[in-house]
Amino acid sequence: MAAIELKAVVKTYGQIRAVDGLDLDVPEGICLGLLGPNGAGKSTTMRLLTGQAIADSGELSVLGFELPGESKEARAEMGVVPQLDNLDIDVTVEDNLRVFARLYRVDDVAAAVDRALAISRLQDRRRDAVDELSGGMRRRLLLARGLIHRPRLVLLDEPTVGLDPQIRTQVWDLVADLRAEGTTILMSTHYIEEAERLADEVALMAEGKVIARGTPAKLISEHAGELTAELYAPPERRAQVRAEAESAGLTVRPAGPAIAIVGSERASNGVVPEDAVVRPASLEDVFVLLTGEELE
Amino acid sequence: MRRLEPAAIAGVMTREVANFRTFWMSTAFSSVMEPTVYLLAFGLGLGATVVSQVDGLDYVEFVGTGMVATAVIFSSALPAMFGTFVKHRFQNTYDAILAAPVDVEELVTAEMLWIGLRAGFFGCFPLLVTMLFGLDPAWGMLLVPLFCIVTALGFAGFGIAVAGSVAKIDQFNYVTTLVITPMFLVAGTFFPIDGLPEWAQVAAQFNPLYQLVELVRHASFGFEATDLLRLASLVLFSLAMWRLAISRLTKRLID
Repeated sequence: MAAIELKAVVKTYGQIRAVDGLDLDVPEGICLGLLGPNGAGKSTTMRLLTGQAIADSGELSVLGFELPGESKEARAEMGVVPQLDNLDIDVTVEDNLRVFARLYRVDDVAAAVDRALAISRLQDRRRDAVDELSGGMRRRLLLARGLIHRPRLVLLDEPTVGLDPQIRTQVWDLVADLRAEGTTILMSTHYIEEAERLADEVALMAEGKVIARGTPAKLISEHAGELTAELYAPPERRAQVRAEAESAGLTVRPAGPAIAIVGSERASNGVVPEDAVVRPASLEDVFVLLTGEELE
Repeated sequence: MRRLEPAAIAGVMTREVANFRTFWMSTAFSSVMEPTVYLLAFGLGLGATVVSQVDGLDYVEFVGTGMVATAVIFSSALPAMFGTFVKHRFQNTYDAILAAPVDVEELVTAEMLWIGLRAGFFGCFPLLVTMLFGLDPAWGMLLVPLFCIVTALGFAGFGIAVAGSVAKIDQFNYVTTLVITPMFLVAGTFFPIDGLPEWAQVAAQFNPLYQLVELVRHASFGFEATDLLRLASLVLFSLAMWRLAISRLTKRLID
């Protein structure tokens, strides 16, 4: 049984089709990265899964429960780590956890709080108000709060957005531990590196639907080949090289102050300039090619 | 899972209690000081210089018993309005709660119950303070917390419904100016309503605060047969506001 199954799901807001015929299944025990630019429909998909948005049409099933009718049952076995910090900042760390242990009907609240404190490595800060914690501690607490009831499925909505690299690594470690325990994870992100590091499979969303799906390696080999050559040069030269590469049948995409010639291993002699930096093709190449948008 | 599960309601209330523990002292302080200041100003000031008796009561007793209603509306409607709006728009608290197995009906019920209990408790403070100014205790006063809780539940529901309806926090000004202030002034708190034009006296009968003022005064000085009807009207008011709050907040929270 798939942990999540969405079939032809549509959700509109006025004229905007935020989710547009979305088909998505997440098998149990994997971490699926939902990757896409802002406005791709990732957050709406997350809200549909937690019952905070109701689909206009389509079928949704989470852990065997049909949504929206059985949303409450599904949420009881699901943990959610939101994009925005919504901890109670004046309340102590342990009280924040205790409240959610009760909301999730945990039998042994004290044991659940102790376990969550261990996960977040905040045992020595348990009686401090959340307001006194650093950004990294708060994010770890937010993650631990979502795990307080040992959920079978965890939804991570942009878990590291806005965090500095050190804190991001801490959060990645926690997610990696969760994966190792076999918990099913659906993680929306628009960070390429996050998806590459943590996801068993990646589903690329654009304009409300999945446009490509597979392991990062499979997506790269299917859509971007083996190598990408990046050329950092003045605009006129970039335009000239781009024209030559495209006339040679290669795909070229903008890459900030550079251009990236994707699948450069197929280029004939002279098409890739000698001063270009050649690197292995990446998931970023795939996503920019498929969505036409640059990602972070 | 069933609707209105006690565990879900208790969970949401646990959160409220945890937060309240961080600011209970300021609430208790204002609950004692406000009626004291009002009683000094109106009861002793106005009472000693302009009116000494109203409806056969010392003015300080008249105002003190009436101020229970003032305390109830200000500790229920306003916290419900601002609290709900802030938790929804600025703190994203409801997103976290609704991601757990809690639905909007349970969320609203828990919020109303908490505010109702709190306002019911603090609503009695003016009565206690008035005793320091000479009000004699009466057995009927033991029912005042019940009257306060029932009324506060209604105004909590009203506040949540308003918060679920406005687009901006500034729009609360319309509600306080056009609804709460007139209600509070035409409740018989500071002056008897029988001096008002007839239409205002009729309107006052539909004002839950007026019914509460009457109930508290009767609890202090002797019940009347119509008091059961007054209590029934407050129960109906609370039930109506409960359903309205659920409807408005559902529209706001569920896309």
